[in-house]
Amino acid sequence: MKTEDWVSMLATGVDAIDPKRTARRHFLAIIGGLLAALAFTGGILRFNPALSHLMSRPMFWVREAYCAALALLGFAAVTRLARPGTRLGFVPAGIGTVVLVMWIFAATVLVTAPPQNRSRLIFGTTAGVCPFLIALVAVPLFIAVLWVLRGLAPTQLRLAGAAAGFAAGSLGALVYSLHCPELAAPFLGTWYLLGMLIPTSLGAWLGPRLMRW
Amino acid sequence: MELKEERLRSLLLRGLVGDASAYHIFLSELTAHLRSFVRRRLAHLPEEVEDLVQELLLAIHNQRHTYDSAQPLTAWVQAIARYKLIDLLRRRSRTSGLHDPLDDDYDLLAAADGDAAEARYDLAKLLQQLPDRQRLPILYVKIEGRSVADAAKRTCMSESAVKVGIHRGLKALAGRIRSIQ
Repeated sequence: MKTEDWVSMLATGVDAIDPKRTARRHFLAIIGGLLAALAFTGGILRFNPALSHLMSRPMFWVREAYCAALALLGFAAVTRLARPGTRLGFVPAGIGTVVLVMWIFAATVLVTAPPQNRSRLIFGTTAGVCPFLIALVAVPLFIAVLWVLRGLAPTQLRLAGAAAGFAAGSLGALVYSLHCPELAAPFLGTWYLLGMLIPTSLGAWLGPRLMRW
Repeated sequence: MELKEERLRSLLLRGLVGDASAYHIFLSELTAHLRSFVRRRLAHLPEEVEDLVQELLLAIHNQRHTYDSAQPLTAWVQAIARYKLIDLLRRRSRTSGLHDPLDDDYDLLAAADGDAAEARYDLAKLLQQLPDRQRLPILYVKIEGRSVADAAKRTCMSESAVKVGIHRGLKALAGRIRSIQ
C-alpha cells in the first residue's frame, strides 16, 4: 500500500468533528456512574439516618470538601492524561497538598486528644469495612471513567488508569460519605484515602490492558 | 519550524471543521515529517519505517478529536508518534529483546523525508477482515469516494450508521495492524 494512497483514503469524505458532542457524551457517562453510585449507597447501604444532624457539624463539611477537592483533582488528571502531549501540571502537587493538610490536621487532633481516645479517633467503628465500601461505591464511576478514556487517546496508560481509579475513588468516597458515620480527621486521612487507593491501584493495573489504541 | 507548525496547525483546524482538501494537504505534508522522525529512530529496522508511518497517520486520523486547538500541534503529534513507536518496539522486544532510548526533544518538524514509499500491508486484505457494516462504508466512502448518502443507499444502512461504520472500522483497522506486527 502506497503511503500517498493511504493519505487519500484517510482524507476522503472526512466529516466535521463536533467537540461538544463528545464532551456531552462523556459528561453523561460520568453522571450515569454518579447516579448508580448514589443508588447503591442510598438503596443498599442506606443514607445515614443522622445525616441532617451530622450536617450541622463543621467536620462534616471538612470531610465533604476533602473528598470533593480530591475528586476535582482526580478528574483534572484524567482530562489531561486523556490527550496526547498534555502535562499533569499542578495536579500531583495539588493532591499531595490536600492529603498533607488532612494528615497535619489528623496529627494535631491525635496529639491534643486524651490518650485513651486516640484509637477511637483512628479506627472509629467502621475502619474494617470503610475502604472496601468506598471501592465498591466507586465501581460504576470507575467503569464510566475508563469508558470515557477508551474513547480518547491516553499515551501513559498506567498513569491514566491510576488517575481514572483515583477520580472514581474520591468521587465514590464523596458519595459513600452520605452513609458513613465517621468524621474524625485521623479516620479520613487513613481509611478514606485507602478506599480511594484501591481503585487507583486497580486502574494502574488495568490501564495498559484496557486502553491500548 | 514555527511557520511550519502554524501552517500545519491551521490546515488541521480546517480539516476538523470538515474541509477535506485542507485535511488532505495536512496529512501529506505531515507524512514527510513523520517519516523522517521514524526513520531516525528505527535506523536498525528500515523495513518497519513505512509501516509505522502509515500506522501513525491512521492513529492521528482516528484520534483527531483529541487535538485541543490551544495546544501546540507538534506536542500532540509527537506524543502520538512516541506512543506508537514505543508500542512497536515493545511488541518487537518480546521476540528480539530490543530496547531503544527515545529522546524527548520536540524536533518533529526539524526534518522532512519526502521519499514516496509503500508499507507492507495490504488495505484490501485488512478490510476483508472487517464485518460488512464497517467494511462497506469504508469501501464506498473512503476508497471509492462516494457520498455518505450514496453509501447509505447501497448498504441499506442509515447515514449515521455509515458514519459510525467508517469510524469504528478505521479503529478496528488500527487494531488489526497492531496485531500483525
